[in-house]
Amino acid sequence: MSLVVLSIIFLPLFVTESILYLLTLIFIYSIGVQGQNLLIGYTGLISFGQAGFLAIGAFTFGHLARLGAPLPISLLCGGLFAGFFGVLVGFPSLRLKGPYLAIATLGFGIAVYQILANMEILSGGYTGLTVPKLMPFFGLTYGASMYYFNLFLFLLFTLASYNLVSSYIGRAFIAIRDNDIAAEVMGINLTHYKLFSFAISSFYTGLQGGLYSLLIGYLIPDMFTFMEAINFLVAVIVGGMASIEGSIFGALFIVLVPQIFSGYRELVPVIFGGTIIIVLIFEPKGLSGRWLKFRLYMKNWPFR
Amino acid sequence: MEQFLGYLITGLSIGSLYSLVGLGIVLIYRSTSVLNFAHGEMATVGAFIGFTLLCAHVPFWLSFLLPLILGGGVGMLFYFCILIPAQRREASLVGQVILTLGFSLVLQGAIIYIWGAAQHPFPFPLSDSKAWNIGGVVISELTLGTLGIGLIGALSLYLLVQKTRLGLAMRATSENLPAAQTLAIPTRMVLSISWGLAISLGVLAGVFLAPTLLLDPSFMLEPFLKGVTASVMGGLKSLPGAIVGGILLGVVESLAGGYISIAFKNTLAFLIIIGVLLIRPEGLLGKEFKERV
Repeated sequence: MSLVVLSIIFLPLFVTESILYLLTLIFIYSIGVQGQNLLIGYTGLISFGQAGFLAIGAFTFGHLARLGAPLPISLLCGGLFAGFFGVLVGFPSLRLKGPYLAIATLGFGIAVYQILANMEILSGGYTGLTVPKLMPFFGLTYGASMYYFNLFLFLLFTLASYNLVSSYIGRAFIAIRDNDIAAEVMGINLTHYKLFSFAISSFYTGLQGGLYSLLIGYLIPDMFTFMEAINFLVAVIVGGMASIEGSIFGALFIVLVPQIFSGYRELVPVIFGGTIIIVLIFEPKGLSGRWLKFRLYMKNWPFR
Repeated sequence: MEQFLGYLITGLSIGSLYSLVGLGIVLIYRSTSVLNFAHGEMATVGAFIGFTLLCAHVPFWLSFLLPLILGGGVGMLFYFCILIPAQRREASLVGQVILTLGFSLVLQGAIIYIWGAAQHPFPFPLSDSKAWNIGGVVISELTLGTLGIGLIGALSLYLLVQKTRLGLAMRATSENLPAAQTLAIPTRMVLSISWGLAISLGVLAGVFLAPTLLLDPSFMLEPFLKGVTASVMGGLKSLPGAIVGGILLGVVESLAGGYISIAFKNTLAFLIIIGVLLIRPEGLLGKEFKERV
């Protein structure tokens, strides 16, 4: 365990920039996937509008950063603005369920994309929006400082989600997922907790949008299509629903697969789709379920 | 006025295609309570088969009928090979919906592998450049054909579901599965027929959409989304609801595109859906949700 921690801390000294970039991307994606997992896995509310929140967070961050706002403030604003929209989208969720909610959120995602694609003031037109890059700190290289910065945020948010899940709020989410009427009878305020779940999830996603645009350095509306929303869904399913470490595995999966198969771009959706089918039929708990079994096996290793 | 009528007729014809897609989605949702996200891609497979046949100069009636059958076959294949194993392992409903999403990704990859990612013009016998002027309103041959096929498709589905023994079995199965099994209805067969029929309707819509939209591997994505919205708007379990929803959506979209802004017509359509759902969460013609804890 300590070996893993040490290697994560000192990794930037040994590996190349491109591997650092990939790891940074995994950290960033883990945050958004955790948000999606809090919504789908824990609260049981399905959302296909995740790309919309991502875009809102990213473009808010981009505009603020261009205006010269300090980095933490523009990141926070990106997240909060996305969270605000999350609450707006969450209102239908109080009355809608299952497929109906899926359509409402899908509509939101597509609406955001079209508004961005058609309003050049917001999106910067075809050339996109250039986002100022992070200043390297402590005399580190650019890649390494990005790595540490995102590692810090990733740890912060993972810790936050673990705490959230095991607190009263997390229990309330799980109760709503299992049966919302029963949860209401138990004294859980459905309005508050469903909206809160949407707000948290879209805050995480918006923050991911901000971090992503900081890493990439430019923004175009085409980054936030329906495919991106599907990516989040794939990550949650493959990683494992209702599991924080599952979200990290899922983020690992959706970042690494396109990299490994970068020569065969058109194969990536097929792999995603095939993996979903296999995972859902043979291992509904996803990679995190496998991981738990593996840990159990290692614990009693010589004995079975 | 003529302009308005023109927009109305375009809206009606595109709306009737949305209705066909929506009917398929409702048919599947009613019988298996799965929202089929692979509907668009399954229909695309059918449309591409039709394209290949038409290019090979196979007689028109055959190259029209064969895609419907083969497309329906893809739907049945999915039901038997993927959905039933998942149901045996007690996959949750959300899980089954996501299965269809996964299958759609796989199918899309297969389509790109077989037919390539490029756009093809669809060699269709009805053209949209040949048009008649009726009282100042211009109606093209394709628009008329589309309207006709939408009506025929909806009507024949209605007759099938309401007037035949198979339709009776389908209704019984979707009403109460264990009871239908007790009455010796081969439910699995009936459900798979529902899937096949639904996809055939989708292929029908796809074949008529292909001439205007150009054929490419993801050309059904937008019609599919519209079909889902139509069926959700009508109430996901109601067949007439899907028709009403589809036609309403088509007309509103065409009018909004004509009078407000062509760029925001999809956005407007979705905003209307969200509005309808907020006022009537069960859809226009759906029944109210009742649930036992």
